[in-house]
Amino acid sequence: MTYDHIHDHQMLSTEARAEDNATLFGFWMYLMNDFVFFASLFAVYLVLRGNVFGSVGSDMFNMPLVLAESIALLTSSVTYGLALLAARREDTSAVLRRLCVTFVLGAAFLSMELVEFGRLIAAGHGPSASAFLSAYFTLIGAHGLHIAAGLIWMAALMVVILRRGLTRFTLRKLMLLGLFWHFLDLIWIFIFAIVYLTGII
Amino acid sequence: MSWSLIFGSLTWSVFPHNPIALFGAAVVVLGTIGAAWALSYLGLWRVLWREWFTSLDPKRIGVMYLIVASTMLVRGGIDALLMRAQQATSVGASQGILTAEHFQQIFSAHGSIMIFFVAMGMMFGIINLIVPLQIGARDVAFPFLNSVSFWLFAAGAILINVSLVLGDFSAAGWLSYPPLSELAYSPTSGVDYWIWSLQIGGIGSLLSGINFLVTIIKMRCTGMTYMRMPMFVWTVLGAMALVVFAFPILTATLALLSLDRTLGMHFFTAGGGGNMMMYVNLIWAWGHPEVYILILPAFGIFSEVVPVFSAKKLAGYTSMVLSVVGIVFLSFTVWLHHFFTMGAGANVNAVFGIMTAVIAIPTGVKIFNWLFTMYRGRIRFEAPIQWFMGFVVLFTLGGVAGVLLAEPPADYQLHNSLFLVAHFHTMIVSGVLFGYFAGIVYWFPKIFGFTLDRVLGRRAFWLWLVGFVLAFGPLYILGFMGATRRIDHYAASTGFQPLFLVAGVGALLIAGGFAFQIAQLVRSIRQRELHRDTTGDPWDGHTLEWSIPSPAPFYNFAVLPIVHARDAFWAMKRGRVPYQTHGFEDIRLPKNSALGILIAGFVLVLGFAVVWHIWWLALAGVVGAISVIVMRTFDEDTEYTIPASEVMRHDASVRHGIHTI
Repeated sequence: MTYDHIHDHQMLSTEARAEDNATLFGFWMYLMNDFVFFASLFAVYLVLRGNVFGSVGSDMFNMPLVLAESIALLTSSVTYGLALLAARREDTSAVLRRLCVTFVLGAAFLSMELVEFGRLIAAGHGPSASAFLSAYFTLIGAHGLHIAAGLIWMAALMVVILRRGLTRFTLRKLMLLGLFWHFLDLIWIFIFAIVYLTGII
Repeated sequence: MSWSLIFGSLTWSVFPHNPIALFGAAVVVLGTIGAAWALSYLGLWRVLWREWFTSLDPKRIGVMYLIVASTMLVRGGIDALLMRAQQATSVGASQGILTAEHFQQIFSAHGSIMIFFVAMGMMFGIINLIVPLQIGARDVAFPFLNSVSFWLFAAGAILINVSLVLGDFSAAGWLSYPPLSELAYSPTSGVDYWIWSLQIGGIGSLLSGINFLVTIIKMRCTGMTYMRMPMFVWTVLGAMALVVFAFPILTATLALLSLDRTLGMHFFTAGGGGNMMMYVNLIWAWGHPEVYILILPAFGIFSEVVPVFSAKKLAGYTSMVLSVVGIVFLSFTVWLHHFFTMGAGANVNAVFGIMTAVIAIPTGVKIFNWLFTMYRGRIRFEAPIQWFMGFVVLFTLGGVAGVLLAEPPADYQLHNSLFLVAHFHTMIVSGVLFGYFAGIVYWFPKIFGFTLDRVLGRRAFWLWLVGFVLAFGPLYILGFMGATRRIDHYAASTGFQPLFLVAGVGALLIAGGFAFQIAQLVRSIRQRELHRDTTGDPWDGHTLEWSIPSPAPFYNFAVLPIVHARDAFWAMKRGRVPYQTHGFEDIRLPKNSALGILIAGFVLVLGFAVVWHIWWLALAGVVGAISVIVMRTFDEDTEYTIPASEVMRHDASVRHGIHTI
């Protein structure tokens, strides 16, 4: 929606519009792709989660930390949305400020996750302890790697917006990263429901 | 300690020891040095780099795909000949020419190479060459991504050949089932080579899948509705949709196996709570769609070739489209038929058996439509339709064998036997490969500007056909006699040997067929003036690619076509709809970029480093690849413009007065 608005505002040529459309559609295809990737990992997790093999089971989750992680990530999606709204007003400095907040929240999420991983490994519950832990670390870790990739992208995008301002080019990148970021949020909601909630109840 | 920090698990012992493996290594090393020397001698490096390696033109990328795939066909073919030689001679007291361990590596390499680097490579090669032309587009949706895809594919192919020189290859079969492929039973780096060459090549395929899906959906020229698309484009659309939904499963599965082997996890291990049948399910959830990914574009090629050489419209266009769509959906519902013997139970097996029989129906629809197209057609027996006629007989027989295998009770008897090997080779050689050969002969003039030699082509075809029947006919019988796949030795009393000898002769004939194809190419290049295609339309074609001069100009269409009917060009030629000849405009095309090859280079380094546990190098590969990707992502200056006047001038110079209106 925002994207169309930006388009209308800039009155782009049909050709440029078609090109942006193709890019957007291609990115959706990529996300579908990644969705199947995560679906495979979820399926693996569901098959293996009972195979604790004498190690800890899914009741070992540190729920307060998970809640904090979730709040950080979900809030970061909100701030990203606010950045897009600022882009709509062509308010470059607001875009950058809100991206900064998003970045910090994303980094906080990732740090908490790493702390949790460190705690588990230190207690002898590393990914090689059992099939359940392998599946757990891999699913959460794959999501974490995506978040890390998103953060690298966001940092680079902020530098570019700082230098070039909000152009059709940088707006397009902003839009795509937004899709990616919301997508990771969605995956996290699945993780929260399937891994954590069904794990403790 | 410091050694392993720098070199990981690489030691002097990784170089091959036995004579045949040593020979293989020597061929790879000397071949590489020889090729590099020849290129330096001819002073071709600069041209190669500027015009080819860094090119984002899908036609050039397509040609490079075909070259890599043909090279890998030689490699996989030599593996096949070694296997035939072993099975023909290793009887009774004789142990044949290969050790059991080496034989296992060879059949694993043969299968992996033929599927991932020959069939996939030829498919993406032809798609790159033809799809933009057929939909009336000047380029693909993401030209740079296309270059990355190709170079990742090439990097995978390089990595699989490095295993000939350093270390060994997987001995766990082409799909590396655990627990055999786990560290406990395959402790060398062979399986890691398998994982990483497939992973790298597979990610290339995945990106290509997205690229062509978007290209077909978003970049068709004005007037080309879905139901006016050429059949080849439809089948590619189906195949690419399958790539997008199936390849991520492969990526995930390979990653999990790699985690098991590298970080000691327990996804598929025998101990630690791993579940090895989950691997088999996952790999076939990708693997079965994969065979349709390969065969659908071949079906598409035949759907182009048969009408053109019968001078008729394709019979039952709508039913062809529906059968493509049907195959796309059904191909995700049959994967369990690859392991009926897992013991999932009678009901589960029955469901998958029925689904497997059902998926034969859309394929049958296609066979009938092709035959109906030929019926009462004015058939010209050029090479492409010869490949079709070889295909239609063999493929139908192989398909019937497949329906037989779809019945769980029969499958319990035939599982793991040479009958199965004969079945899937019939589908993949006489189906996929014959299809791509037909496509290459058919579209060759459009890309290179001259047709291929007829006489040598005909000889090649007959050698392939007779060779195929001799090589795989006996395998059906051997399967019924109880010969299992992958046997490296058997007793004389089994009576297998005569049939294995016949199969060996067949394999030699196929090798002869390939040699004739090489000879055909060489002779055609030498006599290219004789075979020059000056019309742009040597076969009286039906579709848009034939409306432009041969070889296709780098901008494809000087004026973007407007389509008014199915078989657009045929309609134009018959005067039913007008040609598009004026309205030249500025054309924007992507600039060449060296970053695609650079990204793939870093990924290759990463793959090699992980195979040998050289962690600093792996880190360097990751950092390098990410830096280049970020660099490219924010580069805005990636296109250049050809002014309309220049387009007009170039167009007039290549047209030689074709289609003067």
